[in-house]
Amino acid sequence: MTQTAREIQFREALREAMSEEMRRDDRVFLMGEEVAQYNGAYKVSQGMLDEFGPKRIIDSPISENGFAGLAVGAAMYGLRPIIEFMSWSFSLVAADQILNNVPKMLYMSGGQWGCPVVFRGNDGAGGQLGSTHSWCVEGLYSNVPGVKIAIPSNPYDAKGLLKTAIRDDDPVFFLESERMLGDKGHVPAEEYTVPFGEAALRRQGDACTLVSFGRPVNFCLEAADELRKTGIEVDVLDMRTIRPLDIESIIRSVRKTGRVVVVDQCWPFASVASEVITQVCERGFDYLDHQPLRVNTEDVPTPYAKNLEYAYLPNKEKIVAAVRRTLA
Amino acid sequence: MMLIREFEVRCAQAYQQAKIGGFCHLYIGQEAAAVGTLNAVNPDDPVVLAYRDHGHALARGMDPGACMAEMYGKATGCAKGKGGSMHMFDRPHWLFGGHGIVGAQTPLGAGLAFAARYEWEVLGRSLENPGVPAGSPPRRKVCLCYLGDGALNQGALHEAMNLAGLYSLPVIYIVENNGYSMGTSIDRGTTMAHDLMAKANAYGIEGRAIDGFDILALYDEFKPLVDLCRQKQVPAFVDLKTYRYQGHSMSDPQKYRTKDEVEAWKAKDSIDRFAHHLMSERTGSDGRPVLSEQRFSEIQDDVRTRVRAAVEFAEASPVPDLSELYADVMVNPHPGMSPSGTYVTGAPNPLLR
Ligand SMILES: Cc1ncc(C[n+]2csc(CCOP(=O)(O)OP(=O)(O)O)c2C)c(N)n1
Ligand SMILES: [Mg+2]
Repeated sequence: MTQTAREIQFREALREAMSEEMRRDDRVFLMGEEVAQYNGAYKVSQGMLDEFGPKRIIDSPISENGFAGLAVGAAMYGLRPIIEFMSWSFSLVAADQILNNVPKMLYMSGGQWGCPVVFRGNDGAGGQLGSTHSWCVEGLYSNVPGVKIAIPSNPYDAKGLLKTAIRDDDPVFFLESERMLGDKGHVPAEEYTVPFGEAALRRQGDACTLVSFGRPVNFCLEAADELRKTGIEVDVLDMRTIRPLDIESIIRSVRKTGRVVVVDQCWPFASVASEVITQVCERGFDYLDHQPLRVNTEDVPTPYAKNLEYAYLPNKEKIVAAVRRTLA
Repeated sequence: MMLIREFEVRCAQAYQQAKIGGFCHLYIGQEAAAVGTLNAVNPDDPVVLAYRDHGHALARGMDPGACMAEMYGKATGCAKGKGGSMHMFDRPHWLFGGHGIVGAQTPLGAGLAFAARYEWEVLGRSLENPGVPAGSPPRRKVCLCYLGDGALNQGALHEAMNLAGLYSLPVIYIVENNGYSMGTSIDRGTTMAHDLMAKANAYGIEGRAIDGFDILALYDEFKPLVDLCRQKQVPAFVDLKTYRYQGHSMSDPQKYRTKDEVEAWKAKDSIDRFAHHLMSERTGSDGRPVLSEQRFSEIQDDVRTRVRAAVEFAEASPVPDLSELYADVMVNPHPGMSPSGTYVTGAPNPLLR
């Protein structure tokens, strides 16, 4: 089979991952707002109600704290819940359950009960959704020990990482982007999973290391293509998971390039980029020929106007400029 | 009930000697609530608690030594000294923890009931339950979820009750209505305090108001409710009227209530009342009371001995090894999870050994 033999959308890849795992393990169920009869607010779960029925594909009322907590109880009892947040922005009203109970249950029960739940949904700016609906929760949530955070940038990884997440005995926050749900990519028909904690090297070059995760990986690829036109070749590392973080791959690349730019779609202050750069400094300071740089969203609430939103987000131009700065 | 009271008295002493740290909420006065309700369910019915949880843990069968050692922050505690007074978890007794955030355990109660229902309805087989190997024929369960009257004002409870009503989940929300949340009397914090059933009824849930100071009446009223919820697989709500004699926690000057009020409740004390009933009102076939003075004092001695042993066990137990700091964070720890250390699999929990 050639690489282009089977191309599906990001949302279909997610659906395949959930459906396959639900077929192999009857303890897995999907719950969330509009996931069943409506076929998913973003059509990720389209058709799943027909296959699995209303006892396993379950429409919930708009009660994020309630159904997130329900999942905690169900997971402790022995089930494997998948909870869809229509948007991770709405997970903030479930903060007590997902930050206080989910990550700490194993610890505070002295190892008696873990909490194997997958929470998944749209993360980051959609298209002009304004301040309350554009949260990138990875900055906030990666501060909390006890959860794994997966953040795919393409359909292949979306499917493979989600299958790994569902099988994992620990809680996983799975961050998707509404802007990518229609993206098409190669997804083989055969069974596969993508392991946590292994970055993928998407482009290779000696000039600089670009580190990113989730949707902005695609901006990095655009930037890498742009830079190549002027003879600058960069490494682009797609981290795929934030926790665990494949710092080894980052250090290996920085050792080669001596330069690093971290591209992150959350705010800069105490962000994932801050953490990556700290770890690079702790582990690879001597390899650096230029101070590390970061490209985050601008440090303001998310604006609505199209031009302002574009200026707010990380983009190709900002990334190209940052790489050029490290080379200047 | 006597065991719980003695245990709590010794907790207070240990707290005053600074052997127990953090918050410590005593259950003295409320004993009948846990004992009367927990005896109405099966060992494989899931139970989840708020933070005033020592009494329920003992009533459910937790080893008093493990309970006391947890408060002492010792490796032999039920959570290996990582939970403390508010987090009594006991997997072999299907006790899904005490929970410190007011109301946070109420969606968990819905989830435990959801899973118990899913077990027979979708899986058609039992998951691994206490004393029940995975794959056995499933049984119908009822989850008991305890909360204080203060939790009536938390959104979590209202979301949970709506979910329980909507999905018809076999969970009983037991409000241990001791009249106060810290220093706030229920009518200062809760609407319809005189008729809490209205809150449950709004979610299509049936409720009962039960006297939590009369253990026999409590059991007799509660048991049929459990049977009903089990059989019909529906939720219920109980306004269990009770009272705590001590302060909210160990540091509470109790300015919000009068001594007379406390004395009036103590005059109805559930243990005294039950002992009196057994020693004078209820007679056996020989016409004599079912409980003799001598047997009663034997029980008192036995309880003292058991609690003293629990305290000695806690005193003698080792503190957690420092290697436990990074243990039990993840079931499946990957490298690269943390910049400050490596997560490891901890020592087996003493309750699971
Ligand atoms: C969300 C939250 N807010 C505040 C507190 C602090 N707090 C602990 S116990 C308590 C009073 C709760 O009273 P109630 O639910 O009636 O239980 P009781 O102490 O009477 O058993 C408060 C305010 C908390 N633990 N959680
Ligand atoms: Mg109270």
